[in-house]
Amino acid sequence: MIRTLPPHKGYTLAFRIYIVLFYLFLFAPLIITCILAFNDSNFPSLPWKGFTLDWFMADGPDRIGLFHDRSNLSSIVVSAQTAFWVSILSVTVGTMGAFLFEQEEFPAKRGLYFLALTPLVIPGVILGISILLTANSLGIYFEDTFGLDIPLLRPSFWLVVLGQFSFITTFVLLVVSARLRKFDPSLEEAALNLGATRFEVIRCITLPFLRPALIGSGAVAFLMSFENFNTTLFLVGSETTLPINLYLQVRDGSTPIINAVSFLLIVSTSILAVINLVAGKRENRE
Amino acid sequence: MKNHIRLSLYIFLTPVLLWLLLLIVIPHIELLIMSLKGTDDLGDPVWTLANYRHFFTEQIYWYTFVRTAVYAMLTTVLTFVVTFPVAFYITKVVSVRLSGFLTIVLLMPFWVSELVRVYGWMILLRESGVINHLLISSGLMNTPIEMLYNDISMMMGLVYTSMLFMAVPLISSLEGMDDSIIEAAHDLGASPPTIFCKIIIPYAAPGITSGSIVVFMLALGNYLTPTLMGGKNSLWFTEQIYNEFIASFNWNQGAAFGFLLLALSSIIIWAGLKLTRQELGRALS
Amino acid sequence: MNTPVLQIQNLRKTFADFTAVDTLNFQVEEGSFFSILGPSGCGKTTLLRMIAGFLEPSSGTLLIRGKDMTTTPPNRRPVNLVFQNLALFPMMNVHENIAFGLRRQGLAGREIGQKVEAMLERVHLSGFGKKNISQLSGGQKQRVAIARSLVLEPSLLLLDEPLGALDLKLREQMKIELKKLQEEVGTTFMYITHDQSEALVMSDQVAVMNKGTFEQIDTPRNLYSNPATSFVAGFVGETNILPVQVASRRPLQVATSFGLQLHATAGIDLNDSDSLALYIRPESIILEPSDSMKHINRFLLTVQNILFDGSNTKLLATIAESDHEFTVALPQNQQFAHIAKGDHIQAGVHPESCRCFVR
Repeated sequence: MIRTLPPHKGYTLAFRIYIVLFYLFLFAPLIITCILAFNDSNFPSLPWKGFTLDWFMADGPDRIGLFHDRSNLSSIVVSAQTAFWVSILSVTVGTMGAFLFEQEEFPAKRGLYFLALTPLVIPGVILGISILLTANSLGIYFEDTFGLDIPLLRPSFWLVVLGQFSFITTFVLLVVSARLRKFDPSLEEAALNLGATRFEVIRCITLPFLRPALIGSGAVAFLMSFENFNTTLFLVGSETTLPINLYLQVRDGSTPIINAVSFLLIVSTSILAVINLVAGKRENRE
Repeated sequence: MKNHIRLSLYIFLTPVLLWLLLLIVIPHIELLIMSLKGTDDLGDPVWTLANYRHFFTEQIYWYTFVRTAVYAMLTTVLTFVVTFPVAFYITKVVSVRLSGFLTIVLLMPFWVSELVRVYGWMILLRESGVINHLLISSGLMNTPIEMLYNDISMMMGLVYTSMLFMAVPLISSLEGMDDSIIEAAHDLGASPPTIFCKIIIPYAAPGITSGSIVVFMLALGNYLTPTLMGGKNSLWFTEQIYNEFIASFNWNQGAAFGFLLLALSSIIIWAGLKLTRQELGRALS
Repeated sequence: MNTPVLQIQNLRKTFADFTAVDTLNFQVEEGSFFSILGPSGCGKTTLLRMIAGFLEPSSGTLLIRGKDMTTTPPNRRPVNLVFQNLALFPMMNVHENIAFGLRRQGLAGREIGQKVEAMLERVHLSGFGKKNISQLSGGQKQRVAIARSLVLEPSLLLLDEPLGALDLKLREQMKIELKKLQEEVGTTFMYITHDQSEALVMSDQVAVMNKGTFEQIDTPRNLYSNPATSFVAGFVGETNILPVQVASRRPLQVATSFGLQLHATAGIDLNDSDSLALYIRPESIILEPSDSMKHINRFLLTVQNILFDGSNTKLLATIAESDHEFTVALPQNQQFAHIAKGDHIQAGVHPESCRCFVR
């Protein structure tokens, strides 16, 4: 039944077949997407008409490759910028939250902690519309009362950042808290005993200890933001992010250029994932 | 010493409070307020329950609502059924060396955007898709059939995109389980089904709960998969919200729908936690 | 006369419904090796944490070199602590660990470097500066932890059972090393332990702590040979305990339940109590005493078992006609090698080695 118990032939075989099918199911769509990015055909489908790099390199007039497709390229840039700000903000606030809930005592702590966890169980669509509504109401209020037009409060780049930040922070909070819980408080006492102030303790002892969790959660926050769709859908302004842009293209018919984008995404996120895993492993070994 | 502690408390508390108040609490109050507003015959804003009344009188709305809830639950169950054997195989059956590799490979696809994964399924399943092409060129079929745009393809897509969120908590809870517990049960004469029901499932219960909560929530709030992989009749409640907001521009109605969806997900998650006697904090971490 | 390094006056610490440290008064002299010995839960760690500043006393005062430090935060006390688990910073190398406190004092880089090097040499770790903490052995970690505190030249160095995690051999070696180090640097050491051998070997003065109070503060030798209370007699060193009744008071003579009469010495004030406990150390029992020994208590032992343990070999024997078991240390010469299970053997003990305490 398990690896240490005597094996049962039929059971083991059935299990193996299931696992193989499962991994096939898991990878079939990704592999086929990647392969068709290099098919010399105007549609992302079989038959195979030969290998081409057109969907990356071509510069018109019949085919436009990804590297000459302004709308897709700019949406990649927008997504990267969004993800950059979201990860910076969420790692900062999430870490402060971890310190707050792990090391400080204050009234209503449990209630606030519960509140801080809720963004993970609120559907992203709801977060999107409620932030949109609030920003809109605030915008109208400022305009009516002070005659101020605040672009931030309309669907825009920064509203997307705020919307994604609102739930990704909870994720960072959980990851950093888990690491902080493993922190040996006597290290902190030792530093105090050796004459460090409380903030020196955090700077010299606690933050270096948390570094792997900060880097790991920062990387995941970046990816979560980069591929977010549900929340972004309602907050996005004229600067569309990559998932939104892809969605519009997929919905209105498809060209292999989507495969080309997908190929790049799959390759780069896989590399990131592997780096993250290797770093995590090394950290565990220490 | 005391003063320093107070200072650090405020430094940590302020950004957290700002985040939770400005981006979570106030927006959801605003959502509720907007859902209770409407315009009267003269076009002036008034308080009203009309948005909610509208939901209950228009059959299509609550039909979609119930359908979404049922399908999201079904997704959760199916995801568990599909994922559990894999989690068990990785943590308990396969050799330790291979188990690490299989875990990494299992997680890899989920780092890729959901949109890319759904798109992959679209080019596999549709009428001009890869599977049809392979079936016809191998002579198994004469005419292509549309495998996309129906409830089954939608469910498959939902399960596919949710698997990670079930697999991770399952693997971590099964990893924490000492093999000798299963060996002891085996030694005491328990049959595999008994071991499964009496030992493994109860031990993995926290992982099952947290996985189920997240999968349910994500399925319920999913927009991409139902719109891209579901058919004309595969209605999903988030599409209704989107339509009210973006197509009809009726934000009050959309807010009411949003609030109903939020209430639904909260109630079901709460009930799930109560039934399995768990706390949100523990289930998520 | 010099001011003591540490003066503790009426120090008390209570938690909810439990008194951890109960009205302590004592002082520690400059340059001494002072140990606090007690079983776990006796309050010694609480006391230590109050001296280090991690706990605030419920009442009482704490003076370091004559200055009141009762409410001074830990980072401003001239006291350093070697933690039970050492608490070395895993994210820093050996050099950075030792330099940590000096950096906090804002010393110049070159001065820090010199001091760290000198300290590394002192603890025999020259050239280890660049090593990571995880590369060190248990004993090396120990020395880094001590160096990290000593480099700050504290008025008082607190050590919280730092040898607890080491294996037996290394612990024996570190005991000697610590004592030598203390003599070399001359810093006052305050050492907390539950291991009597550590306390006896290293200390100038030992305070035996029990239930939040000190039972006795004395030199190791006095503690062993003249225990002031039954707790000290029982806790420090091995001992045989017999319940006895007073037979006559002057000179003190006691009788066991099985009718053996012994001359004994009173521990402390016996309060006219008739029921006493008699404490006899295993090594004070003389086997086959010569007839020339006068004023000695004599009795017959029946050997039940021989507990061979090298230099520490003992006999397990019943006394007189009773089934009361006694441990008797076996002298190192081969004189008693012939003794076997079931043998009867004459034994004696001096009245000064028979100490009585109130039961």
